Amino acid sequence: MKPFTYERAADAKAAVKAVAENPGAKFLAGGTNLLDLMKLEIETPTHLVDVGRLPFAGIEATDEGGLRIGGAMTNAKLAAHPKVRELYPVLARAILAGASGQLRNKATTAGNLLQRTRCDYFYDTAKPCNKREPGSGCSAIGGPGGYGAIFGASEACIATHTSDMAVALTALDASVETMTPDGGARTIKVEALHRLPGASPQVETDLAAGELITAVVLPPPPAGGQAYAKVRDRASYAHGLAMVAVAGGRVAFGAVAHKPWRAEKAEAALAAGASAAEAASAEVAGADADDRRAHKIALVRRLAAATIEDAGSAR
Amino acid sequence: MTSVRDWAEPNPVTENRGGVIGKGVDRYEGALKVTGTAPYAYDTVAPSPPAIGVLVTATIPRGRVTSVDTAAAEAAPGVQLVWTHLNVPAQAPRGTRANPRSQRASNPALGSDRVEYYGQSVAFVVADTFENARAAAELVKVAYAAEPAVVDFMASFDQATLPPDEEDVHIGDFHGAFAAAPVTIDETYFSPIQNHVQMEPCATIAWWEGDKVTVHTSIQMVKGGQHALAETLAIPSSDVHLLTRYIGGGFGGKGQPYDDLILSALAARALKRPVKVAYTRQQMFHGTIHRPAVDMRVRLGAEPNGRLTAFAVEATTHCARAATFTEHAANFSRNLYAAPNRLTGHRLVRMDLPHAGPMRAPGEAPGMLSLECAMDELAEKLGLDPIELRIRNEPDIDPETGKPFSIRQLVRCMTEGAQRFGWERRNPVPGQVRDGRWMVGMGMAAAIRGNFLLPAKAGVRIDAGGIITLRQGMTDIGTGTYTILAQITAETLGVPLGHVRVEIGDSDFPPAPGSGGQFGAATAGSAAFEAGMNLRRALTELAVGDPNSPLYGGPAEYVTFENGVIAIENRSETLAALVGRAAPDGIYVEGSISPAADARDYSQHTYGAHFAEVGVNQVTGEVRLRKMFGVFAAGRILNAKTAKSQITGGMIWGVGTALTEVNAVDPRFGSFVNQDMAEYLAPVHADIVDLDAMFLDEADDKANPMGIKGVGELGIAGAGAAIANAIYNATGVRLRDYPMTPDKVLAGLMAKGL
Repeated sequence: MKPFTYERAADAKAAVKAVAENPGAKFLAGGTNLLDLMKLEIETPTHLVDVGRLPFAGIEATDEGGLRIGGAMTNAKLAAHPKVRELYPVLARAILAGASGQLRNKATTAGNLLQRTRCDYFYDTAKPCNKREPGSGCSAIGGPGGYGAIFGASEACIATHTSDMAVALTALDASVETMTPDGGARTIKVEALHRLPGASPQVETDLAAGELITAVVLPPPPAGGQAYAKVRDRASYAHGLAMVAVAGGRVAFGAVAHKPWRAEKAEAALAAGASAAEAASAEVAGADADDRRAHKIALVRRLAAATIEDAGSAR
Repeated sequence: MTSVRDWAEPNPVTENRGGVIGKGVDRYEGALKVTGTAPYAYDTVAPSPPAIGVLVTATIPRGRVTSVDTAAAEAAPGVQLVWTHLNVPAQAPRGTRANPRSQRASNPALGSDRVEYYGQSVAFVVADTFENARAAAELVKVAYAAEPAVVDFMASFDQATLPPDEEDVHIGDFHGAFAAAPVTIDETYFSPIQNHVQMEPCATIAWWEGDKVTVHTSIQMVKGGQHALAETLAIPSSDVHLLTRYIGGGFGGKGQPYDDLILSALAARALKRPVKVAYTRQQMFHGTIHRPAVDMRVRLGAEPNGRLTAFAVEATTHCARAATFTEHAANFSRNLYAAPNRLTGHRLVRMDLPHAGPMRAPGEAPGMLSLECAMDELAEKLGLDPIELRIRNEPDIDPETGKPFSIRQLVRCMTEGAQRFGWERRNPVPGQVRDGRWMVGMGMAAAIRGNFLLPAKAGVRIDAGGIITLRQGMTDIGTGTYTILAQITAETLGVPLGHVRVEIGDSDFPPAPGSGGQFGAATAGSAAFEAGMNLRRALTELAVGDPNSPLYGGPAEYVTFENGVIAIENRSETLAALVGRAAPDGIYVEGSISPAADARDYSQHTYGAHFAEVGVNQVTGEVRLRKMFGVFAAGRILNAKTAKSQITGGMIWGVGTALTEVNAVDPRFGSFVNQDMAEYLAPVHADIVDLDAMFLDEADDKANPMGIKGVGELGIAGAGAAIANAIYNATGVRLRDYPMTPDKVLAGLMAKGL
């Protein structure tokens, strides 16, 4: 771990300014991912701006009939919130499928969205990784693991985004609200927040330096059923081999791409009256994988079909 | 010399008048551990504040260090020294054994420019704080000249040779009998590299007083660690005081010393202040040992009635070039089932991977994953119940050696287990039982694990207050050793448990071999028992010879010890009264145990039977345990609670073995892919549901004076095979490649059109 300085931001504006003006600075909220990465010198900020105690930890109803979730609200509190459980069960289930109870008690809504990949080679500083050291190469390509992306991967990176929560938020058509470096505000759809790796996998979102996620806004709950499913090697505390979230007519996949993957082809097929299996097949027809990841295409197809069926019967 | 016949006499432990033996008493050190106040090695408070050392490790599997740039690290804040092979203090060359009685030879750290495996220590940084040491360690830049390395086991079978001093065991004519057998199985099973992932990483704190060094470290063998450090530093072992009071898991991985022990002692000497060193979680995976992968071919030939006529288990495994170790995955099969024509043996591939070594139930743990599935496959071919097949091949005498069994209750384990588990609910036709999207199946497997007794000593002291203190150079790696030593001592001397203190993990105490091979309880416990018996004799002598004692004049042979009172019929006094008056300085005696001269005339093992019910998700291929139950026969049980904890812990390892635990080698780097506990998937609480075990009543009077046997490893033996068999029963998919992860299960389901 490299030495760093720390400040607790007095308010959001000061926090955004402090990070925007210092290229070595990063926001710290729950710290469940960042601090681990710092210990391994995968992240090497020289300055931390603690935003965990800013007044963004609440939840409120929006005029549109949805919910505004504070960026600093913990995953545990969000999953347990009665309105979330009642109106957005796909979100509550997705959050509870992630990490462990201890981590969910610390991790925040904004931090969860911005967590970094769990790719083994990203975590191993002795190995090349374009995400960690741009230009050094991708060790995951050709490696023994079978857990890489099957949608939108590039020759530079096959890492996946592993958040469960983000998959549900994508299916729910949620947005993030941010404070921009100039103190203004903007709104970004969750499905547009993260980028595909392309040639620069180290750039994971379109957020500007110092731009702070202050809230996540859920639109009114969609008509139709919701369902969440996660496949993993063990029953808890394991990142997903594949995740599927369904909310009404919207479908999103997790652990299949560099970002939460909105399954638009599946959605279109469903809208056109296709069966769950046909819709799932329509989406994975666009998947791409080497031999080591080929099994994942079948897994996602089967999981998507079953989860779409489950959502239908949960209607 | 002792004979096993001497052990058949009743004694205080076998009579158990105080009822302390077998009772599920709480852990002796439990309160300290759950309150976080048990000082593990790294927590030990040194006489003055320690400096902190951090290792820098190699990132190639084989080659040479060509240069090390330490300038930046040396200039970093708080740094006190930076060592590489160029400037580390002199150590005895590897393998030196200046004292022929040393249990371990020299094992220098940073000994040369050679890199023999990925993760080997290549530099060492000591600073005033952990943070400074770690930051500086990242500044050390090492350049290598890499050499071609053999790191791909499956691609290296052509290099397999017989292990040293070992031949295949042929009995009868296996090949002829197998060719002639009407029903045969010929299948190959694979068990991958696994890691111990102990909760506590390896750690040592060291300081010197004159020529003597004190080390608090985390090691399973007290004498082994003491001798290794003394040989490496070329000092007498009497100048090494090694303590290992609390150990956060060992599982065989801490049976040997590592660089934390050597470098902390060297640095403490150089800096003239205490130094402590711990491996990081990531460093544990490469820098310590692992269970090697094993490829196992099983061939069974049987008559239509199920009687085995031909039996072969052949295992191919690997170890590091510089550290010979054989995972004896076929050994267990030599004592398990009757068959007149037999072939068993091992092949070993020397590789440039980190060191392979013992991990909980070495041999049995991977080995039984093969045969116990092959028996399931054979049973199906024969149309027999898997239990019935095993009963039909139950031997009357040891099938390899022809020796009588000391006691063997394998069949009772299976039949009792079947009844309690509800084995009759199993549909023998696979793929028939559904629970929603889950396909449900049951499987069983037998368990066998050897029992051992090694030489050991113990000392026991009674003070003027009647408090009895057992001292032994033994370790408790989380198994319950403290507790069972207290129970043995209390029962042997007829005192309440609260009158007994146990002090272990100290090289100044009478030596015991430590924890490993499930020999700890029997070995250390028997020495404690003998020491206790010697104290009984001393106290008897004291009482009958003391004119002020009501017991004066004897007869000594009528003396009893119960509830802290020494008595001859209605004449009695408390031990405290006797010792306080007649031996106010207390009495200290020692005792020892050695294997009986005729112990090897018997085939002696622990046995069990596992039963598992699993659900297999038909959509995803995920396997989840639904129920698991085991019945075990392992001699007299000393503590119902800690023994069951050991056995169920082993069964949980079996769940991990079957479903999740693997560390893949990346052949491009010669390194393991998983380097933390988020990625190396041992079972978590949510994986373990409805898991239980029981012990049969048993006393093995050929084992030791108390008739006890080990339970630390038996629970894992065969456990994973029961789950594999349950997966087959649930789905009709027969997997032979552990662990049975969703990708493999799903491929099997899809191949069946499911």
